[in-house]
Amino acid sequence: MKKKNLGIRLKKYWPFYIMALPGLIYFFINCYIPMSGLILAFEKYSVSGGIFGSKKIGLQNFKFLFSNADAWIMTRNTLLYNLTFIVLGLVISITTAFLLHELKSNLSRKVYQTVILFPSLLSVIIVSYLVNAILAGDTGFINNHILIPLGLEPISFYSEKKWWPFILTFVHFWQMTGTSCILYLANISAIDTSLYEAASIDGAGRLQSFFKITIPCIIPTIVTLTILAVGKIFNSDFGLFYQVPMNSGAIIDVTQTIDTYVYRGLLNTSNLGMTAAAGFYQSVVGFCLVFFTNMLVKKISKENAMF
Amino acid sequence: MVRKDLGFQTICHLVLIIMSVLVLFPIALLFISSMSPESDIIKYGYSLVPKSFDFTAYKYIFKEGSVFHSYFITIIVTFTGTIVSILITTMLSYTLTVKELPGRGILSFLVLFTMLFSGGLVPSYMMWTTLFHIKNTIWALLVPNMLCNAFHIMITRSFFQNNIPPAILESARIDGMNEFGIFFKMVLPLSTPIIATIGFMKALMYWNDWTNSLYYITDKNLVGIQALLNNMLTNVKYLAQSMDASSVATDVANIPSLSMRLAIAVVGMIPMIILYPFFQKYYMKGLTVGAVKG
Repeated sequence: MKKKNLGIRLKKYWPFYIMALPGLIYFFINCYIPMSGLILAFEKYSVSGGIFGSKKIGLQNFKFLFSNADAWIMTRNTLLYNLTFIVLGLVISITTAFLLHELKSNLSRKVYQTVILFPSLLSVIIVSYLVNAILAGDTGFINNHILIPLGLEPISFYSEKKWWPFILTFVHFWQMTGTSCILYLANISAIDTSLYEAASIDGAGRLQSFFKITIPCIIPTIVTLTILAVGKIFNSDFGLFYQVPMNSGAIIDVTQTIDTYVYRGLLNTSNLGMTAAAGFYQSVVGFCLVFFTNMLVKKISKENAMF
Repeated sequence: MVRKDLGFQTICHLVLIIMSVLVLFPIALLFISSMSPESDIIKYGYSLVPKSFDFTAYKYIFKEGSVFHSYFITIIVTFTGTIVSILITTMLSYTLTVKELPGRGILSFLVLFTMLFSGGLVPSYMMWTTLFHIKNTIWALLVPNMLCNAFHIMITRSFFQNNIPPAILESARIDGMNEFGIFFKMVLPLSTPIIATIGFMKALMYWNDWTNSLYYITDKNLVGIQALLNNMLTNVKYLAQSMDASSVATDVANIPSLSMRLAIAVVGMIPMIILYPFFQKYYMKGLTVGAVKG
């Protein structure tokens, strides 16, 4: 009985399966086949053996990977940059959203928002050009128009490590503040204005109502976004860490993340196993993080959970 | 009270003006330097107040075929990619809204799971190059990681669920319209806001993509505008070196490489700057939803 029922239903719904098919095939090829390729992490890859036929060597690749300082450096960098982005990002995007919301003039709000959002339209390559125009040793703005006129030594940024944590953090916020403050702005705008009126009748100042009304009202969003960001803490923006420092070898200690390590490893196929192991490490730890953080989100606000 | 408020408004404006200046400063530097003579850039560095204006760099771009060629590649890829991915994304999302569809739960899960777990770069690279042989083909710019993603499926699906009343679909079915007709003649026309949203995001993705080119393209004929800029970033003389002696009537040695790559960067930004005002509303909407789900 049930089987026949299913048959009838399938007959009725076949056009939908046809419509879904291109997308499903794409997901299968683009996402699911590569998942099976994770097996490369346990193999000594050879061209003749291919992905599935190469010799299995167990955890050898991981042993090599973690016996090496690279693994520690890239993990440290990925985590520290992401933590900085999360913590500073909260302060910067909430403050920006609050300032935009407090503006009396709708027109100026729109203008500022358009300007701040603009960098998110630019590709990492263009951003690298902008950074280069400012930092370049010979033609850069800082050396030519700030340091030399002040009688200071020019700095060759692309070979000095100590600047890059700040530069990369600045570039990240330069490009992302516009997009990350949008959700907070939408949230702050949705707060019932009578709360503020009541507070101001009771004599609360602007700062007081910010901390006692605005912040508590957007706490669910803050928590959700933060947890989701923690879930992605093992990933990094490849372009920001590879392209913006112009792939400079001298500063690799502070710019190497897991993503750049994997790409650099891919250029050198003799070591494919270790690169695959690094990729496996990122995928699996990343998955666990997303999974657990999502469970947390689900407990706090159901509608923001992914599954 | 009024006075205090004025003070606060001033502070708001002041902070936001400082932020806007920080945002605009490097962009202005790029624009202005692209219009400066090469010799000034070498002598004085990139500057906001140029000693003189000079459009040689732009003239070279118009004379030099390979810049046009890259531009053309990027336009074709962006256009085709955006259209195809809108189609694939809306069709799959629409299917996932049909409540009684057998297997709907499994299909949704398969789409969603790709957001949680991925094979990463190494297996993808191996698959695309050894199984599908897309190295140095136009497919490499269109397909890997670009055509369709779970996040766009999710925002499109929730748009359909909230904005397409099932009653009109039902009445169309009763009138004897088939499912394809309903989708293309009724659902899509009602969905222009979401099509604009994901369309703009897709176009932006394709226009700005340089990674696929980095991974899969070595052929000079398939270098798009971002890839061209990337090559020129690491090697200022890339363009001069890549010109054939035969095709150039110009003096290769005198190409203003420094200002020219800035001019190409400017030209590379312009299409998105033009589209941005029209799509800003949709873009912001997509970002608001995307901040949580993405």
